[in-house]
Amino acid sequence: MRKLVAGAIPLLAALVAFLIGALMLVAIGASPWEGLKALVDGAFGDTNALAVTAVKATPLLLVGAGITIAFRASVINIGGEGQIVAGALLSTMVALLVPDLPAILLVPLVLIAGLIGGGIAGAIPGALKAYASVNEILSTIMLNLVMVQLMNYLLRGPLIDPLEVEAGTRIPQTERLSDNAALPTLIEGTRLHLGVVIALLAAVAAYVLLWRTPLGFRLRAVGHSPEAAKAAGIKVKQSTTAALAISGSLGGLAGAILVFGSEGQRMVTDGSSAGFTGSAGFNGIVAALFGGLHPLWTIPSSFLFGGLLTGATNLQRVLQVPAALAVALNGIVVVFVVSSGRVRERLEQFTSKRAELNAALKDGDS
Amino acid sequence: MSEFLTLTVIMATIASGIRLATPYLIAALGETVGQRSGVLNLGVDGVMQLSAFFAYWTVLETQNLILGVLAALAVGLIMGLIYAVVTVSFHATQGISGIGIFLFGLGFSDLMFQRQVGTPRPIKQLQEYGIPFLSDIPQVGPALFEHNLLTYAAFLMVPIVAWVMRSTTFGMNVRAVGENPQAADSLGVSVARTRYAAILIGNTMAAIAGAALVLQLGIFQPNLTQGLGFIAIALVYFGAWRPVGVMGGALLYGLVNATVLQWKAQGIIPRSASDIAAMAPAVLTIIALVVLAGRVRPPSALTRPFTRH
Repeated sequence: MRKLVAGAIPLLAALVAFLIGALMLVAIGASPWEGLKALVDGAFGDTNALAVTAVKATPLLLVGAGITIAFRASVINIGGEGQIVAGALLSTMVALLVPDLPAILLVPLVLIAGLIGGGIAGAIPGALKAYASVNEILSTIMLNLVMVQLMNYLLRGPLIDPLEVEAGTRIPQTERLSDNAALPTLIEGTRLHLGVVIALLAAVAAYVLLWRTPLGFRLRAVGHSPEAAKAAGIKVKQSTTAALAISGSLGGLAGAILVFGSEGQRMVTDGSSAGFTGSAGFNGIVAALFGGLHPLWTIPSSFLFGGLLTGATNLQRVLQVPAALAVALNGIVVVFVVSSGRVRERLEQFTSKRAELNAALKDGDS
Repeated sequence: MSEFLTLTVIMATIASGIRLATPYLIAALGETVGQRSGVLNLGVDGVMQLSAFFAYWTVLETQNLILGVLAALAVGLIMGLIYAVVTVSFHATQGISGIGIFLFGLGFSDLMFQRQVGTPRPIKQLQEYGIPFLSDIPQVGPALFEHNLLTYAAFLMVPIVAWVMRSTTFGMNVRAVGENPQAADSLGVSVARTRYAAILIGNTMAAIAGAALVLQLGIFQPNLTQGLGFIAIALVYFGAWRPVGVMGGALLYGLVNATVLQWKAQGIIPRSASDIAAMAPAVLTIIALVVLAGRVRPPSALTRPFTRH
């Protein structure tokens, strides 16, 4: 019974958050009841809506699964945005480099490029934390800012569509990338593509990695008690770096899927990272938290928040309520979930472990 | 290149650097106070966006800049109170709850803007006032002594915050609960009350920073800050939790930004290269973090909720 109550806390928190959402609707003069209807209809109303919801959930799930891995190793990864962009850029470059490879080779290749791009963007703050005691919250945020500018530079310069230069319009986007790299559609007539399945597999893989492999054991040991892990001969610094690298690589994979699962089949920038990622790097944190920082629970949680994003688009269409409502609601959900019991306790343990980790890393320096 | 080096251009760049540094400086000073009390607030950027919107909207409707700043202040107080309840009373993890505040600010300001304003319309900007006599100094005067009131206030706040933190009872309490809340508590200092106060100060200053940003620009658009609030947090580390250090960092940022803008305007660097140049602040910060990591120590209780044992 106690466990049941504890498990219901995030749901209660979400309920309160949605009540506030309803108040926001009232405040801007829209009917909350019709709003809810438009939201649910848009998210889960028919096959097409479900397909779009699944597609929207994909980057959240990948980033979220990565977040759970980092968290289990006592590392906070706020660099999702930058890691998505890094993966997208590297996979785009691969598709531009070898566009004529057959799909059976090119699709896996661009996905691997995404993993590597995001992995590098994750490994940098990981190594900086492990070997130079740089706070990873700050370094991942800074890398987000760096990656946006890198994206803008590449898409306005070296990678810009030659047609845009010719026409003089210079829209910062790549040319239409090779169709051989496009993620195959799973159900004809819908947007549902292979990326959704890959994200589901990745979440399961994250679970297997954490609880069924020696590496996962080491990561959790470091997350549980760095001092004890160190005493047991586990290399704390390597594990910390690995945790952020793996976490980042899942973000990078999301980036590749965003490019090669998109209708435009190209990378475009509006100058901000959110313009490309849809803030998945942050929303993935929300999904992971709501899933109790467990990779498998992150699956339904991602679909819920994917639904919120899809539903919000419909809300804008039907009631002219800006879709930014979804972002605001996500923020409220985060605040409520971290304030509430179960996750709070777990995170509290985590914070004290974290202090221990920092101490252990520091000991290693001397 | 030679054109960039004329005294007039250099002075103009310095003037614009000081102006650009203003929001960074105000937000970072506020965050300094919060962090010295042991509370990390990653929501600065969100609070800035919210307050920037409400300041903009108020000025758009009333044409009154003072009311705009007051609206921002109200936003800061409300968001500060929420953040204090969440992190101090509920012990929520600070790194994450701040991201929640950020997302809320980003989304809600966007929502309100689209709903209430729609297309960006320019508003009255902050006026610049020359300091008598000093602003008459050729070249240097206009660059250093002809700014808007919020810029003056920002730089005036540096010694004030430094003095409050060093010499007042409140400042000592803030430092005590940030370093050793148990000891402070046993000496009768209320950890919760002190942290509430520090968080309120931090959020109010973030809100004024948002107002300064939008009132200097004279226009609002969704995601106005473009990560400015996050850089302000990094500046606190950069400045080693000291107001003067924070000011140095903010000025460096402002001047780097102003130089990039100046070069871009004069065509010294192509548009694409200016994206690379725009990376400089964040890269500089990462380098600074690496260099400073071993040398300066954050407040011992930073990010740790306090429970009495």
